[in-house]
Amino acid sequence: MTEAVTNTGGDWLRLIVGLILVLIFSQLNALFLVWLERKVAGHIQLRYGPMEVGPHGLLQTIVDGIKLVGKELITPFKADKKLFVIAPVLVFMPVLVPFLVLPFGPELIIRDMNVGLLLIFAFSTFSVLAILVGGWASNNKYALLGAIRSVAQNVAYEIPLLLSVMSVVLMVHSFKFSELVMAQQRIWFIFLQPVAAIIYFICATAETNRAPFDIPEAESELVAGFHTEYSGMRFGLFFLAEYTNMFIVCAVATSLFLGGWHGPFGFSLGIPGVVWFLAKTYFLLFVLMWFRWTFPRVRFDQLMNFSWKVLIPLSMLNLLVTALVLKFV
Amino acid sequence: MTSFLTDGLIHAAFWVVVGLTFGGAVLAVFPRNIVYNVLGLIVCLSGVAGLFLYLGSFFLALMQLLIYVGAICVAIVFAIMLSPPLHLEAPKRRIPKLVLSAGAAGLFFAAIAAVSWKTAWKPAAQRGTDWSITTIGHFLLTKYSLVFEVISLVLLVAIIGAILTTGFSRRLSS
Repeated sequence: MTEAVTNTGGDWLRLIVGLILVLIFSQLNALFLVWLERKVAGHIQLRYGPMEVGPHGLLQTIVDGIKLVGKELITPFKADKKLFVIAPVLVFMPVLVPFLVLPFGPELIIRDMNVGLLLIFAFSTFSVLAILVGGWASNNKYALLGAIRSVAQNVAYEIPLLLSVMSVVLMVHSFKFSELVMAQQRIWFIFLQPVAAIIYFICATAETNRAPFDIPEAESELVAGFHTEYSGMRFGLFFLAEYTNMFIVCAVATSLFLGGWHGPFGFSLGIPGVVWFLAKTYFLLFVLMWFRWTFPRVRFDQLMNFSWKVLIPLSMLNLLVTALVLKFV
Repeated sequence: MTSFLTDGLIHAAFWVVVGLTFGGAVLAVFPRNIVYNVLGLIVCLSGVAGLFLYLGSFFLALMQLLIYVGAICVAIVFAIMLSPPLHLEAPKRRIPKLVLSAGAAGLFFAAIAAVSWKTAWKPAAQRGTDWSITTIGHFLLTKYSLVFEVISLVLLVAIIGAILTTGFSRRLSS
């Protein structure tokens, strides 16, 4: 296990190249997803979405990004200045870590750790803390309310999320992504663990604060929730982190339930693994957007009740049944 | 050359982690703003996770982050949200309270220090070679099952305490 600390020269090079690629990829991914979100929203509402800048508005988000960078960074007079500045950095740093272990293809894992899955969940907790810090430091009641809701929601939905993932881990006996994906060469886990897959995806929607669970930033009641007071690129970082987080939860769903880089039922059809992986991940991202523009926002008590009274007991039962089946069948 | 560079980096990382732990601990105790205290605690516990990483146990480091930062600190934050508003003036520190808490902390420190002083530390390499997660899991459920159960007892007590306090306060207010 000391390999995590003591690397030799070649590994360092791999790590640095990987990190640079990850930085570039996360930016491009966010730019593309914002464009896709607006297109999906547009077509669901029977309009075109962005059309002016570039073919089908493809360059729209780049232009928007440049606009955001150029904007003035406003710090509210009575805000807690240090924390207000730290929060956007704090929200963006941990979302880069999971890329270290995500299995894009058989040979495309920056570092195939034996605790890969745990690494992702350990660092995902930082984003809720960052939201809390940002919302509290803004000294704005809407921001604080958004932050409080975000903490409550994340606490509630992290439990069924972890429990649903555990039933897959029990089947494979490993947290290592390469082994989790290899176990699905013939049959994807969504067919063996449909309940866990559905619970995971619901919780992932809630963990990334997406509609119908977007009450931390509910526009109609909280202005913009926890990032009400943020402007310019500080707001941009919150935005980038949200879209990168969406990619991460979908990539984890792909590798845990949809066979990762494998084609369906062992047929790869000559398509490289990384293409399979990205295709499935972006399909799930499309589903997330589809959710947002078709489901109405849930009320806060509905949200809490659904997690504590339905999802948690169901995921515990699922884990129990999985354990029993593995033991006796 | 590479190994010299790597060694230097690792030593630097160790002192950064130690600095984070101590700095976080100071932040957790001294400022009068309770949100700063929690953030200090988070920094401190992340530093402890870094120490586990330095000792070569990536698994423990991640569990430290997941449980202490992700669950305990978020729970503390939750408690703060339910407490009186922060813009009210904080009450003065009372001397007896301060002395009592310093005494309790000192006692705890002395106990921990005594235990670690008396333990005959052996390098991990001499005690065994298999330090995988599977082994840790087996040990937790066999040799150290008592510790494991005691920890869950603590959690049970905490849950019962929470139910009692909320139950009582609700009955009093209604």
